[in-house]
Amino acid sequence: MNNGFKKELLIGLAALALLAALPLLSPGRVTLDFVIRLAALGVFATSLNILVGYGGMVSFGHAMFFGGGAYTFGLLMQRTDVSIPVALLGAIVFCSMLALVVGMICVKLKEIYFSFLTLAFQMLIHSVIITWTALTGGDQGLMGGIPRRPFWGGINVADPNTLYWFCVIIGVVSLLVMRYILQSPFGYTLRMVRDNADRARFLGIDVWRIRLYAFILAGAFASIGGSLMALFVSGAYPEFSYWTMSGEAVFMIMMGGINVFLGPIIGAGLLNIFNDIITRNTEYHGLALGVIVLVFALGFKRGITDFVGQLFNTLTKKRVQP
Amino acid sequence: MDPIALYECLTSMSCIVTQTSTGLIVGSLLFLVAAGLTLIFGVLGVINFAHGSLYMLGAYIALSAYRITDSYILSAVIAGAGVGLFSVIFERFFMRRVYQAEVLLQLLVCYALILIMDDAVKIIWGAEFQSMGMPAAFQAPPLFIFDGIVPVFYVFMICAAAVIALVMWYVLTRTRIGKVVRAAAHNPTMTSVLGLNTTWIYAGVFAFGGALAGLAGALAAPVRSMSPGMGFSILIESFIVTVIGGMGSVSGALVGALLIGLVRSFGSIGFPLFVEGTMFLAMALILILKPSGLLGKEPRP
Repeated sequence: MNNGFKKELLIGLAALALLAALPLLSPGRVTLDFVIRLAALGVFATSLNILVGYGGMVSFGHAMFFGGGAYTFGLLMQRTDVSIPVALLGAIVFCSMLALVVGMICVKLKEIYFSFLTLAFQMLIHSVIITWTALTGGDQGLMGGIPRRPFWGGINVADPNTLYWFCVIIGVVSLLVMRYILQSPFGYTLRMVRDNADRARFLGIDVWRIRLYAFILAGAFASIGGSLMALFVSGAYPEFSYWTMSGEAVFMIMMGGINVFLGPIIGAGLLNIFNDIITRNTEYHGLALGVIVLVFALGFKRGITDFVGQLFNTLTKKRVQP
Repeated sequence: MDPIALYECLTSMSCIVTQTSTGLIVGSLLFLVAAGLTLIFGVLGVINFAHGSLYMLGAYIALSAYRITDSYILSAVIAGAGVGLFSVIFERFFMRRVYQAEVLLQLLVCYALILIMDDAVKIIWGAEFQSMGMPAAFQAPPLFIFDGIVPVFYVFMICAAAVIALVMWYVLTRTRIGKVVRAAAHNPTMTSVLGLNTTWIYAGVFAFGGALAGLAGALAAPVRSMSPGMGFSILIESFIVTVIGGMGSVSGALVGALLIGLVRSFGSIGFPLFVEGTMFLAMALILILKPSGLLGKEPRP
């Protein structure tokens, strides 16, 4: 492990400490539920940013892995008596395989074509979930709740505080692992493929393979997000793999900013808050969200972290001269 | 899976006629939507993810216009023109701003439009399923061709789509307008240097593509039930059509649409649960074997 990563590890530990203190500061369920949701959606959004921000591949079908992960996790917990970590692993394996197959067809394609094709495959997964009623419960979703069996001796996620801990730790660890991978030589190769695929090719890099690996990685981490969500809401619903979920993920990373690793987390938090406010005040969720999306996409055109970075650069202009 | 039913259907003339006519009307609708999608992509280089919403808008406008005017043909024209107008507004005020931007922003603008349109339709026309019913002009006894039942309206739909396809072919290949549009698709900078206003060409193509989608919605109104969000499935299907036919190729869209239409109607007898899968399989095969599509000339976009 290089020295640079020690800093990230410390930040991760600090975040954990902060999140550990949170139940003491604000004992209500609302805050804790918010953080659990944020862990699930944050991991999901960050996994999409592996493709969009670091790989330059704008996937519009990423929810297929979120939904796929949620259903695999839920089904493994309901139909078999494996423990939660094993079910989580199962979800990761399933979504990696799915990403391998879809990725082999998609990653060759250029920009907008890639977006549409991933969207199309996601709708295929969604319609499989809707039609295969015997396995998935159709449009009702996985009924009957997902059992929260204790595992590893005494970890009992049926207790709300333990559930909070479990989700927070899985979330932070997933983010750290993603960060580690993106700071590795592979991560920098991916950035080079994004910036100049031809040059990468001349240097002997198999561009297709690098993109495919990124696609599989993104799918695997999205499945962790989906599994956490399934565990939290104790069910899995077709909406998890619907195109609106992909749209929300794209919006989260755009709003937070794709150029900073933690941007998508900020975006996920903001969208979470927006969704809460909108649902409380109006039944026309799409209308309100659509207007917000337009304001960000046409008005600001950049994510929040980009603005912060710009501000920081302006303040320290004398020292950071490009 | 029911291969025996499919075999029995293929040995009976009446079943072939009925299924073919169903396949052709599905194909007609898909062609109209996909042609607009592929034309906009060919000329403007963007994929209009909100194209399905224009189809939905067309269906609802036709519904209201029919209830007011009581003339189906007139309401179909109103739907086409209305959606065309709406498309210009959408293009001028929103889409235009992201032509040069990243795909991410193009995607988000379309995503926002779909969300807003679905809710707008809910506010104006209500969230419940609606249907227009068969217009009075077409309430004639169905035709019997080789004992197969073909409703009169189906014949009208197929003819309407065929006429539009012919007109499009003529305009695009034989007139000055077609030349200008093809030039703008091929090299927009050169086209504008030659003194042609590419801004208006873009707006015009977008409006025309939108009008086609609106017309498709109007044609679908008597035979399909309407609900907010109805545009999304046809968007995905017409995308599959354009991939199979070749992105940017209008004739490819025609071939792809008829192919998918027939696969749908015969597949619903032989392998009802696997129809969707067959379409995707066809698309995946095309992408692997001939990525530019059946009739696409250019290399993969």
